[in-house]
Amino acid sequence: MIRIANGQGFWGDWLEAPVRLVDQGPIDFLVLDYLAEVTMSILQKQKQDDPALGYARDFPPLIGRLAKKLRERNIKVVANAGGVNPTACAHAVLKAAPELRVAVVRGDDVLDRIDDFLARGYEMRDMDTGRPLSTVRDRILSANAYIGAFPLAEALGAGADVVIAGRSTDTALTLAPMVHKFAWKPDDWNKLAAGTIAGHIIECGAQCSGGNCQVDWQSLPHMADVGYPIVEAEPDGSFVVTKHAGTGGRIHSDTVKEQLLYELGDPTNYITPDCVADFTTIRLQDLAPDRVGITGIRGGPRPETLKLSISYADGWKAIGTLVYSWPQAVEKARAADRIVRDRLKSLGLTFDEIYTELFGLDACLGAVAPANPDPPEIQLRIGVRGPDRKAVDRFTRELIPLVLNGPPGATGFGEGRPAVREIVAYWPALIPRSEIQTRVEVIS
Amino acid sequence: MKVALSHIAHTRSGDKGDTSNIGVIALKPEYYATILREVTPARVKTFFGEMVKGKVERFELPNLGAINLLLHEALGGGGTVSLRSDAQGKTYGAALLRMEIEID
Repeated sequence: MIRIANGQGFWGDWLEAPVRLVDQGPIDFLVLDYLAEVTMSILQKQKQDDPALGYARDFPPLIGRLAKKLRERNIKVVANAGGVNPTACAHAVLKAAPELRVAVVRGDDVLDRIDDFLARGYEMRDMDTGRPLSTVRDRILSANAYIGAFPLAEALGAGADVVIAGRSTDTALTLAPMVHKFAWKPDDWNKLAAGTIAGHIIECGAQCSGGNCQVDWQSLPHMADVGYPIVEAEPDGSFVVTKHAGTGGRIHSDTVKEQLLYELGDPTNYITPDCVADFTTIRLQDLAPDRVGITGIRGGPRPETLKLSISYADGWKAIGTLVYSWPQAVEKARAADRIVRDRLKSLGLTFDEIYTELFGLDACLGAVAPANPDPPEIQLRIGVRGPDRKAVDRFTRELIPLVLNGPPGATGFGEGRPAVREIVAYWPALIPRSEIQTRVEVIS
Repeated sequence: MKVALSHIAHTRSGDKGDTSNIGVIALKPEYYATILREVTPARVKTFFGEMVKGKVERFELPNLGAINLLLHEALGGGGTVSLRSDAQGKTYGAALLRMEIEID
């Protein structure tokens, strides 16, 4: 049995979580997931400004902080902290922790191969809209192939204490230690599916151990000290989800089921670079407090294509807010919204979309929201987006004047006018697997 | 008898692009048949009204006493494009718990 813990569900997750996973009980592998769909484009911009950047900057100091304990307890780290510059990340880790052996997995970054792919007839159509990539070619900011567990396992096999990947899948981080330790083969579909589902359960950190859980949420103990999840994996593909003794939160079939359903599509066809997992084969059992056992998982062959994560510039947006107080807060906010729209129109400004929400009334629940006829205050929230940065910038000047020249009772303008942000949109596409060659490099 | 779905189920929701997914999980195994009968794609689409511009798909996971709903074109463009507060559909699961269903 090996223990694999997830200490980071996204870049920006709780900084203390990985430290506590190392300190509060036994683990063999610490996996850290840093990349969301558009994180790569942010990192690409950072690399353009400074060629030594482009990776998750929280990661090297974390490894520096943990290095001594990782060595003492023989804990290996697997992380997709490399972003678009895994080699620079590795050097920063070595600077913070010179005693560790670091390996990088390269080959996912295809930004400089896009023209070659297009020239050879790969249209890389958007998997959601069907549009060919050529329509946004000049606006592409980053392009990476999702890579699976086998190159990460190869890096562990090369004796790495810390494995740094770029755009590996979230689930591969958890599957890789199993492939490495149990010598699973590339066609052990059922076992690979089991490890993939184990990865899906823990990839969002505490979201399977009590975080965001609806069932008895007020009774979940000590959420301030919530325990991040640990998978106890067996060579046959069965596993137990648990957390360190004495930590807060809860591991229960309710919390695990909620996470199993999170961001799921067709449950019989969960596609990864390593296999296709079938969530309808999961057998789940509460074994003891904070211990859920999982068996029976089946899977099928991996696809012949890999998914590309491409990001591109898609215009500009800004979102501004004002607060209107009782009485008639809703009516005041609606009147203010009409005034803003009239003024934008008279300025001749056009946008792809102007979107208004009344926060405190129905911003999230829309038509489904419970009635709230006379709320004490309402936040008016207006967003615009479009291709013209100047128009979006002009919009940001139109909210604060309403405090003096609009309906009565406006406040909440203390943050000043809103920022104009570039929209970095996500373009999922497919490429034949044979085009992507990964390689492992040990840096010490 | 009519009750809110929250009496027999819990949910978790998230996003994939402009599609929101809602996992609906029976609080007890014996409630699963009621969820299958009552929480149909057509009724979910009607419940959310103009919030869901595309179709609603449903997948069954009897092993977990759960269904997975996909609400297409439901997040104002999704991801970084969307101007909504809840661009990831995080609250859609809780919203669905307000749907009235018939129980025995």
